[in-house]
Amino acid sequence: MTQVDIPVESPVRPVQHLDKNFINHSKGFLSWALTLDHKRIGLMYLAGISLSFFLGGLFALAIRLELFSPGMQFMDAETYNQVFTLHGAVMVFLFIIPGIPAALGNVVLPLMLGAKDVAFPRLNLCSYYLWLSGAAFFIWTLFSNGLDTGWTFYTPYSTSYTDTSVIQATAGVFMLGFSSIFTGLNFLVTIHKMRPPGMTWHKLPLFLWGMYGTAIMQLLATPVLGITLLLLIMETTLGIGIFDPQKGGDPVLYQHFFWFYSHPAVYIMILPAMAVVSEIIAAFSRKHIFGYRMIAYSSVSIALLSFLVWGHHMFVSSESTLATLIFSAITFTIAIPSAIKVFNWLATLYKGSVALDTPMLYALGFMWLFTIGGLTGLFLAVLSTDVVLHDTYFVVAHFHYVMVGGTLFAFLGGLHYWWPKMTGKMYSETSGRIAAVTAFIGFNLAFFPQFIMGSRGMPRRYADYTADFELYHRLSTTGTLILGVGLALLAYTLLRSLFGGKKAPANPWGSATIEWECPSPPPHHNFDHPPLATDPYDMERVEWDEEVQGYVPAVGHRPTAH
Amino acid sequence: MSDAHGHGDKPFLAHHFEDEDHQFDSGKLGIWAFLVTEILFFSGLFCAYVIYRAMHPEVFTFASNALDTQMGAINTGVLIFSSLTAAWAVRNAQLGQKTGLIVNLSITILCAFGFMGIKYLEYSHKFDKGLFPGDKYEAKEGAYGDESKGNANTVAFTSPDEEESAEEAEPGVAFSNGDSAEAALAEEDGEELAPWNDPNVPEATKRKLKIFFGIYFCMTGLHGIHVLIGILVLGWLLTRAIRGHFTPTYYGPIDFAALYWHLVDLIWIYLFPLLYLIN
Ligand code: HEM
Ligand SMILES: [Cu+2]
Repeated sequence: MTQVDIPVESPVRPVQHLDKNFINHSKGFLSWALTLDHKRIGLMYLAGISLSFFLGGLFALAIRLELFSPGMQFMDAETYNQVFTLHGAVMVFLFIIPGIPAALGNVVLPLMLGAKDVAFPRLNLCSYYLWLSGAAFFIWTLFSNGLDTGWTFYTPYSTSYTDTSVIQATAGVFMLGFSSIFTGLNFLVTIHKMRPPGMTWHKLPLFLWGMYGTAIMQLLATPVLGITLLLLIMETTLGIGIFDPQKGGDPVLYQHFFWFYSHPAVYIMILPAMAVVSEIIAAFSRKHIFGYRMIAYSSVSIALLSFLVWGHHMFVSSESTLATLIFSAITFTIAIPSAIKVFNWLATLYKGSVALDTPMLYALGFMWLFTIGGLTGLFLAVLSTDVVLHDTYFVVAHFHYVMVGGTLFAFLGGLHYWWPKMTGKMYSETSGRIAAVTAFIGFNLAFFPQFIMGSRGMPRRYADYTADFELYHRLSTTGTLILGVGLALLAYTLLRSLFGGKKAPANPWGSATIEWECPSPPPHHNFDHPPLATDPYDMERVEWDEEVQGYVPAVGHRPTAH
Repeated sequence: MSDAHGHGDKPFLAHHFEDEDHQFDSGKLGIWAFLVTEILFFSGLFCAYVIYRAMHPEVFTFASNALDTQMGAINTGVLIFSSLTAAWAVRNAQLGQKTGLIVNLSITILCAFGFMGIKYLEYSHKFDKGLFPGDKYEAKEGAYGDESKGNANTVAFTSPDEEESAEEAEPGVAFSNGDSAEAALAEEDGEELAPWNDPNVPEATKRKLKIFFGIYFCMTGLHGIHVLIGILVLGWLLTRAIRGHFTPTYYGPIDFAALYWHLVDLIWIYLFPLLYLIN
């Protein structure tokens, strides 16, 4: 059993703040633009990703306002097609896929390992610029002919019929893909090679297990999207005839290729979210996480299983009966590791001393919403019901429950959780909580009615509808506005803290992972010496200290084996 | 810039690694992971190849006649040889043999240029005969003649409406010339008509012939881009080798670039039989 070197008598309080930290240790535009510091790169990602989320949010608002009443309000059908496409593409490729790994992960992952940086800092900066180029191509798409293919770019419409800027958009996604691959590669190597002394695989914080599973998928699935989009571009420019039946190609092949990436991609979105939630639940239950190994292994098994279920997106695209049966069955099995996590979180809460701070509110919200999203996924995995539900609002509601209720909520929870570490400031707990509750209510009002109208036959991607669906759409739009208010309050709370917030202590929440051992915000090189790692969920290791208004290593505590 | 990387006496040891072995091991894992993504990147193309070949085997066997096996074989030899010199360069670096390293890197780069030169010749022959990828495809007479047998009548003739039909991009039309060419070829060799060449076979099937060239150009083109990237990387390492950066304790970049180069070689070793040696 490993023991920590905590002096038994005369506890020296660890340093809480430093005059020189990674934010102010050098100044000027270039010191950021050319930085190799993972923390600065993470913050730059955070800024970019937040802007993308805002942009995608504006499109969402436009969709919901248009759908407030039957008939066309302020768009025509073509514009509507463009707006929902751009909404989906921006949210998926620019925000949600890079969101947790690139923004939060970049800041936190090396800190959690007690490392000075990720394994390849230059590659990390390169990922960031690839992301930026991808974003630039999206802006170009926006200001040229827009995009109306849906975020899935289905052929042959995308290659041969639409006159919108498919090439710019797909080239952008191609770059974003490589940005994601390089982030994954960096994290994979960092986790393998840069763990501190004492951190065996079974002492790896669960956040890192999640990032590890994510990295596997990023490395193995994203290149397939890359080649698919490259072929799509070749088909659009040269007409090589791989996907367009008019040219001798096969459109179903495109769907196979696309979903071979995009199903793992939905787990690229959700695994990091589960990873964040595992940390938050443990920290705010002030209790050792329950079922550590189950949670860790389920991350990896989700990563591997996710490669075997892509066909469930094509049940009604001329898939053979045998194939649909197999894909349906494997899809059910992937619900198992997901459920394992939920049960373990529940068990962690049980008899914990649960503190309902803002991050925890998001994590609890996640548990509800992800569970609903996951269970409705099973309805879609059942062949007979999917035939009815496919391409209806039921699917829209399903994936918003997992992507927004799941990933976005976890992202926001993680953002609040690590905000003191990243910025050195505490935000207002009260307005943080109000924002979280408002967002939760708004979200459910926005998307729950969509399950009902979907099961009653409201098709997705339609600009207009019959009066039967008016009530549901009105509720949904109202919910969206409430969600918007919650998010605006959240943004205000966090930005406000930058100027008026209290100084954050090194460990405000009482977590036991290593990133909380360095001052807030961390110095440029994080740690002078790699700290000795012990059980990352041994919450007894730290105790509240009135003087620093945060947690400090407990006097004389010797960690116990778990 | 304030990110001070490097540890005094070891100028290339980045600050976040403990020692040179740590840095090397990390790099090695990184390059292997990267090679895996490269394989998956190509796998989409191989998958498309397998599917279309399984659906239209006759198209592939016939169309592959148009490829120049001799040039392909030479290129295979060139790449295999360059893999040898790349591996040798790693050995040189490990042993601290600066001159050997420079020579072997240079030979590897020269081979890469040679490969691209031959590829250029091949591509221009294809284009001369109207064998373009995609809509521009318009096989001219003799396009599928077996050049390696020294057929004199492979000289192509320009069809007057070439531009027009390329513009129209109307499927089927573009093929009409190639149609007669193959018929002529088949008679000349005294073979039976290939089934896809039968007048009763619908146009849609015949159109698949150009898919072969779509796949051919995508696969070899993407491979060619990888060779070009290899040239850039190896060229940069050559300048570093000349500056004497590499030592028996710091030779990671050479090792990693050589691994990349072996993969590029390996992909070609699959492409060559799959595309050129179908008969
Ligand atoms: C419990 C696990 C899950 C199951 C069983 C499941 C099942 C399904 C099925 C069967 C479909 C196809 C529905 C159709 O098109 O008819 C689908 C669609 C979708 N799912 Fe899931 N899913 C699960 C988790 C997730 C997660 C975690 C995410 C994202 C974070 C996600 C995102 C999506 C998206 C985006 C679509 C729609 C794609 C489109 O057509 O645009 N799913 N899901
Ligand atoms: Cu899926």
